[in-house]
Amino acid sequence: MIPIVSNRELAPNIYEMVVENRILARRARAGQFLIVMPDDHGERIPLTIADYDVEAGTVTMVIMAIGTSTRKLVKLGPGDSLYAMLGPLGNASEIENYGTVIMVAGGVGAAPIYPIARALSEAGNRVITIQGSRNKGLLFWVDKLASVSSEHIITTDDGSFGRKALVTEPLRELLEKETVGCVYTIGPAIMMKFCAETVRPFGVRTIASLNSIMIDGTGMCGGCRVRVGGETKFTCVDGPEFDALAIDWSIATARQKSFCEAEKCSLDRYIELNGTK
Amino acid sequence: MSNQSPSDGSTARIGRTPMPEQDPKVRARNFKEVPLGFTPDMAMREASRCLHCKKPLCREGCPVGVPIPDFLALVAKGDFAAAAEKVKETNALPAVCGRVCPQENQCEGRCLLGKKFEPVAIGRCERFVADYQRETGRISVPKKAASNGQKIAVVGAGPSGLTVAGDMILAGYEVTLFDALHKPGGVLMYGIPEFRLPKAIVEAEIASLEKLGVEIRCNSLIGKTITVDELIRDEGFDAVFVGVGAGLPTFLGIPGEDLGNVCSANEYLTRSNLMKGYRFPEYDTPVIRGKNVCVVGGGNVAMDAARSALRLGADTVKIVYRRSEAELPARAEEVHHAKEEGVEFLLLTNPIELLGDDRGQVRAMRVQKMELGEPDASGRRRPIPIPGSEDEFDTDLVVIAAGSRANPVLTHHTENLELSKKGYIVATESGRTSKPGVWAGGDIVTGAATVILAMGAGRTASKDMDTWLKSGKEGWL
Ligand SMILES: Cc1cc2nc3c(=O)[nH]c(=O)nc-3n(C[C@H](O)[C@H](O)[C@H](O)COP(=O)(O)OP(=O)(O)OC[C@H]3O[C@@H](n4cnc5c(N)ncnc54)[C@H](O)[C@@H]3O)c2cc1C
Ligand SMILES: Cc1cc2nc3c(=O)[nH]c(=O)nc-3n(C[C@H](O)[C@H](O)[C@H](O)COP(=O)(O)OP(=O)(O)OC[C@H]3O[C@@H](n4cnc5c(N)ncnc54)[C@H](O)[C@@H]3O)c2cc1C
Ligand code: SF4
Ligand code: SF4
Ligand code: FES
Repeated sequence: MIPIVSNRELAPNIYEMVVENRILARRARAGQFLIVMPDDHGERIPLTIADYDVEAGTVTMVIMAIGTSTRKLVKLGPGDSLYAMLGPLGNASEIENYGTVIMVAGGVGAAPIYPIARALSEAGNRVITIQGSRNKGLLFWVDKLASVSSEHIITTDDGSFGRKALVTEPLRELLEKETVGCVYTIGPAIMMKFCAETVRPFGVRTIASLNSIMIDGTGMCGGCRVRVGGETKFTCVDGPEFDALAIDWSIATARQKSFCEAEKCSLDRYIELNGTK
Repeated sequence: MSNQSPSDGSTARIGRTPMPEQDPKVRARNFKEVPLGFTPDMAMREASRCLHCKKPLCREGCPVGVPIPDFLALVAKGDFAAAAEKVKETNALPAVCGRVCPQENQCEGRCLLGKKFEPVAIGRCERFVADYQRETGRISVPKKAASNGQKIAVVGAGPSGLTVAGDMILAGYEVTLFDALHKPGGVLMYGIPEFRLPKAIVEAEIASLEKLGVEIRCNSLIGKTITVDELIRDEGFDAVFVGVGAGLPTFLGIPGEDLGNVCSANEYLTRSNLMKGYRFPEYDTPVIRGKNVCVVGGGNVAMDAARSALRLGADTVKIVYRRSEAELPARAEEVHHAKEEGVEFLLLTNPIELLGDDRGQVRAMRVQKMELGEPDASGRRRPIPIPGSEDEFDTDLVVIAAGSRANPVLTHHTENLELSKKGYIVATESGRTSKPGVWAGGDIVTGAATVILAMGAGRTASKDMDTWLKSGKEGWL
């Protein structure tokens, strides 16, 4: 059982949860994820390691409550514990000095991008962060991201904060005027795909962190497979980061749809048993 | 009660005692165990068929050499608890093996009676005595040697690791058993379905290991959470056994395989068994409930997937296998059960493409007919496509059960561990790897094999480990 240290709402439906897990904290590297089970009837779901503190022995996750499992998770707080947690999983980000790096984060993607931006910044990169959100209210970790970025651009779909634009607009502008060594993109699949398309003509190395549906997270089930550069890869052991320009995005998104009906059925039942929240 | 004397052979010719089973129509819709088990009378009757051969071939056929005629004699006498103890001298998990061993190729396949009549139902008797012992609580607590203070790490809580953990704790070592998943048991827990191996049986075996003092640490992916090298260097383990199985699914490499609703048998069965997807939405993990399901492959894994699909509500379930019935690698009983339950067998048929709908989910499978040519390296006749024999049918769930490969997580994060070309761990007969103090056994050494072979490898390794540690870690390879 994994004790929960704290849980607070960062933005509507987005929570920051800190848990105690000494072994995991010691091992964790930027870019890796973990698998949690809220309770013994729960699913195993993947979440990025958004931060970790070796001394305190804690690990931070940022969770967007969308379905049954994430709602179950965000309901828990200090005094509660998680049934199971496995990690760190996946490969750590390759932290090199690329010169200038652009980090594009969409929505809850701000959380996973933070430790990578921090590591890249510590490695001497000039880090430019583009943080996109639907509206002002959904923004979180703005200061945290700014603290590891030389430049921090915020876009909102409705213009309620920062620039009214999609993340791809400042991305294109930056690529036009700067020499960029690498682009990172983490967020909804559709956003990552459009980022990839934006960068493609510039030929800059682009890395996306995929959020495939997973079960074991250890390479055993093959459920998380994606096509990258014409080859089948398992996100949990070969990823989660891949060359965004080589990912077959249509397959990646289609494979996320297989459980739509079941997810809805599960959520309806959850709401019926627990009330709306 | 029948009272035949155990060895006069007069009962040999009477037919093999049938095992009561759930009716195929009923059971194809539930997850309860299919064979219901012998009654004491049935077990005694069956055991008394044994001829007590001077040179028991049955025993040679058993990979761990269960003293078959001896235990059958005890069953025939009605001394079931003693019979169970007899089996346990060489087989720590008789309730499991009695259910899942491919007896027709092992003990029963060699039984002398089988030459003229039907072989003794050794597996069923083994299952009976183990169940009897568990259900009546007559399990004698095995004697533990005095603690010697040395620490053993066992990585992987499948049959091989469970065997090592049991042997070493009894030999006086401190044992920690690590597993990546949240529940120990390996394939017994995540792969083989409830209707073939009730999970309560596996849980009971694991609970008894814990009672003996084995510490179980789940949620530990060795190689990631902590490495083998760290277990030895930092955590002070004197020896390590690696039994991580062969859990990396193989796909076919045909177009359309990455569509939605195409999954490996590992995924399908893990969702259904380990995550209890068959009880969704009471449990949160869904499993795709296909209406017209195609399962590719012909082994136990394929049979388990096909029979699970029926129980999950499919209207039709097809097994698509590229060789003929004679080559089906599954246990004979599973093939028989699958047929009774209504699984269709498309033999000499090979999938060549999967077609998707506009949402990227599979909608049809294209296949080609095959004929058998000359035997290949495996000794089985090689299937050759018949030109112009292509066919296509609708499906909304394809489960690929085309074998597995070595999982690289542990092996790639362990220094100086010699691997075969295919990525399996190279080990000596007694299980020693290229790394001093590290043994390996089970599927990660042999490739996908059987429960009893994995257990046998565990037994051999623990004996050798004990000798090496008692000798003061003298010598290695
Ligand atoms: C490597 C990795 C890292 C991740 N990191 C984070 C993180 O840091 N924070 C976070 O909030 N989420 C993260 N996710 C996504 C998270 O795992 C899913 O949101 C979660 O599994 C949904 O579970 P649920 O039962 O609440 O919702 P479900 O009922 O399963 O799904 C609800 C809705 O979300 C969609 N969905 C389901 N699974 C995913 C998925 N894997 N990715 C995107 N959409 C999905 C469904 O199509 C459905 O519309 C990550 C995923 C991966 C693979
Ligand atoms: C669906 C199915 C049906 C089968 N039916 C039969 C049958 O009827 N009869 C029969 O004899 N055999 C059958 N088999 C084969 C048999 O189950 C295996 O040969 C046997 O389980 C192998 O045992 P093992 O100890 O090598 O490992 P496994 O049972 O594979 O267990 C390995 C364990 O190691 C864990 N692990 C993996 N990597 C790590 C890591 N890095 N760190 C920590 N833990 C790790 C896994 O989580 C798992 O629990 C079947 C297999 C399957 C998949
Ligand atoms: S362990 Fe398996 S092979 Fe050996 S006697 Fe028992 S059922 Fe037969
Ligand atoms: S070979 Fe058959 S008849 Fe002979 S001892 Fe073994 S089980 Fe009995
Ligand atoms: S989640 Fe099962 S192989 Fe990646």
